[in-house]
Formats: sequence, structure tokens, C-alpha cells
Amino acid sequence: MTSSVSRRYFIGVSAAFAGVLAGRGPAFALSDQSARTLIDRVVSDINKVIASGRSQSAMISDFEKIFARYADVNIIAQSTLGADSRRLSPAQMRAFVDAFRGYIARKYGKRFNEFVGGKIEVEGVREVKSWHEVASTVYLRGESPFQVLFLVSDRSGKDLFFDMVIEGVSLRLSERTEIGSMLDRRKGNVDALIQDLRSAG
Amino acid sequence: MLVTACAKPGPDHPPGEPFDPYENTNRKIHEFNRSVDRALIRPAGKGYSNFLPDDIETLIGRFAFNLSLPGSIVNNILQGNGRGATEDTYRFVVNSTMGLGGFFDPASEIGMPKPTKADFGQTLYAWGVREGAYVELPLLGPSTERATVGKVVDLFTNPLTYALESPQNYYGTIASASSRLSDRGRYSETIDSILYQSADSYSQAQSLYLQNRRFKLGNGSGDTYLDPYDDPYGEEGEDPYDQ
Repeated sequence: MTSSVSRRYFIGVSAAFAGVLAGRGPAFALSDQSARTLIDRVVSDINKVIASGRSQSAMISDFEKIFARYADVNIIAQSTLGADSRRLSPAQMRAFVDAFRGYIARKYGKRFNEFVGGKIEVEGVREVKSWHEVASTVYLRGESPFQVLFLVSDRSGKDLFFDMVIEGVSLRLSERTEIGSMLDRRKGNVDALIQDLRSAG
Repeated sequence: MLVTACAKPGPDHPPGEPFDPYENTNRKIHEFNRSVDRALIRPAGKGYSNFLPDDIETLIGRFAFNLSLPGSIVNNILQGNGRGATEDTYRFVVNSTMGLGGFFDPASEIGMPKPTKADFGQTLYAWGVREGAYVELPLLGPSTERATVGKVVDLFTNPLTYALESPQNYYGTIASASSRLSDRGRYSETIDSILYQSADSYSQAQSLYLQNRRFKLGNGSGDTYLDPYDDPYGEEGEDPYDQ
């Protein structure tokens, strides 16, 4: 089946947060450089968490803080709801985004142990439409290297990443499918979905 | 004939959604696959993976992959990809000789180009055959109509099937079945999280498969992030800030 790819997707999301960025290549244009700087920071923060050797739950909570700081969680969460996002009240949206952030941290944070000994190398940055794409290659032990793209935008007012794409599999689009299924299971009830999300992952 | 074999979405089909006219049947097969996994493949994969040392599993995986290379070469030729055919041929020669029949992978160690992993489904894509509907195959899992035709043809295009005598021509099949079992064991947590922990494992498996398959057909270019998910409302695959 698609086992190795799915694993790459999961580990890729975790590893991309946690790997060692060996930066190389010439200087980039200013905005390319800032996109790259952001991803460098993400990785260095996470490395500290990994090196801390804390318990899994403590690491997941640190991971959540990093995700909140460097990713545009608002836009990721909102776009996973698609058209349904229009019918949420501002209070519901805040609750949803909070629950979503914790869910992502638990779902991917608990896989950290699987990439011990791996590393990530940034290959380059390019401008795509209105965002910047930071391309990197993930090296895991006993696995052929694979590609991870970080999509970085400043349209929220800050440089933040709004998606990660592992071998063509987008975190945002995959979670959109999952959140859509969770909402269907609750027959479209957003409050019930938020309740479920608080313990999912 | 092949072009017409793959179903075509109607004009009112939303471009962002997977084309899945056989969803009811597919879901039944998905349930079947899940129950087979739970009862047989998952425990067997774990047992296999725990029983065999990791190094041996890696050797079997490499051996199986090496035997798939002649099929890749044929498909590269059919796609008019002379360079891919040549690179895969060198890899096959190097790994079959210096790599002791494919159990080792000196080709990667000396930095030869990555294998193309070409299959007949990809050849059909190169020939302009449309993707067709999404299908989930019994035991084999997610696929599309085009990829399914490709899989069937690939059974016959691997030259080794004809070049070797029985039972040697079964070695590849046995090795690749073993290597899949080994993957089930190694990737246990991931597969479990998709099959048993997602809200709708059918949709999640479909989404992961289609995204990755399209990425591979686009030869790994990140541009495929956009085209499969273009929808008229600009909500998917487009800049999420444009709303």
C-alpha cells in the first residue's frame, strides 16, 4: 500500500520541525532570506526541545508553543474547515483554532522518537505566486531521502509558514480531509467538532 | 481503447474534490481491506518485523527492488525517457554485480542518479491517458483506474518473468510480498493512525494516495501542489489568504 509514503508524511512533519538545518548556498534576495531565516529558527527551537530529554507530554506542549509561534495556525485551521468556516462565530473560531493547535501538536509531536539520528538540509528558496517555498531534504536512517517544502507567507503581517508539503502530501490539505470527516461524523455540529478535537490526535 | 477505459468526471464535478463515482463499492472494499489488515496483515507484519533482524529486512527490500528495475527500464523506453532507461540500466548492472544480486546498493553509495521507479501507470500518464476514477483495490489498496490498468500491465512487462525459469521467476514476487509485510511492521504506527485512528480512514487514505501519486507523476515538482486542487472558489490549492 502507501505505507512508506504515509510514514514519510508523518515523520516528515515531525522531522521537519526537529531536524538539523545545514544551511548552504549563496545569499538570497531579502524576502527569500527571511523565509529561510524563519525555517532556521523553527528547527533550532525544536532541537532544543529534543535535546532537553523531557517527557513526551512536556515535549508535545513545547512543540505546540513552537507551532503557535512560527506557523499561521489561524489560516491553517480556517482553511481546513473550507466553506464551513464562514458559519462560525468569532468565539467559535477562536475555540476551534485553539483546539486545532493542540490536536496538531499531539498528533505529530508524539512521533518525535522515530527520527532519532535523522537530519534535514535546506536546498533552496523560491518564490511561488504570492508565497515563498523553502525546499529541504529529509534524511532518515534506513530510508531514502525525501523532499519537504515549507510554504512561507507574510500576508498575515508576519513571516509565518502556512503549509508543509512532504513528497506532494500537504499537511493543510490532508488535515482538511480529516477535519471534514470529523465534522461529517458530528453532522455538521461545530461545537461538537471542537469538543472532539480537544482530545483527538 | 485505453483512453476510453478510464471514466471522466462530468462537467459539474467540483475540481477540488476527488473523482469517486464508485465510492459505495470502494468503501466496502476498504472495510474488507481493514478487516484483513486487522486479522492477518497487521499481526503478520509485526511478527515478521520482530522476527527478522532489520538488516535482513533491508536486504530483502533491496533484492525485491532490484528485480523491479527491468520493468522500470521497459517503461522508461515506452515513455521515450532514454536518460531514465540508461540510468536504471546502470543501476541494475551495478547492483546485480557489485551489489551481489541486488542485496546491496552500491549504486546509491557511489552517488548514481536516483532510480526512476517508472511504472506502466506513469507510462499511460505520459501517453495522455486521463487518471480516471479513484478505486480501492482488494488487498492492494488505493489506486486510480489508470494506475490499476498500469499494475496489470506491469505484471507482464517485467522482462525477468520471461528471462528466468520457474521457480526463479517467482523470487521477485516472493521478495516483494515479504518486503511489503516488512513495511507493514516497520510503519506500524503510521498505518495504524490512518486505518484505525482517523475519523474516516477511507477518505484519509484516498487523500494521501492521490496527493502523493500526482506528485510522483509530476516528477517531484512542487507545482503539482496547485493543479490537482484548483477549484473555482480558490479555497484549495490556492493561496489560503485569497478569500
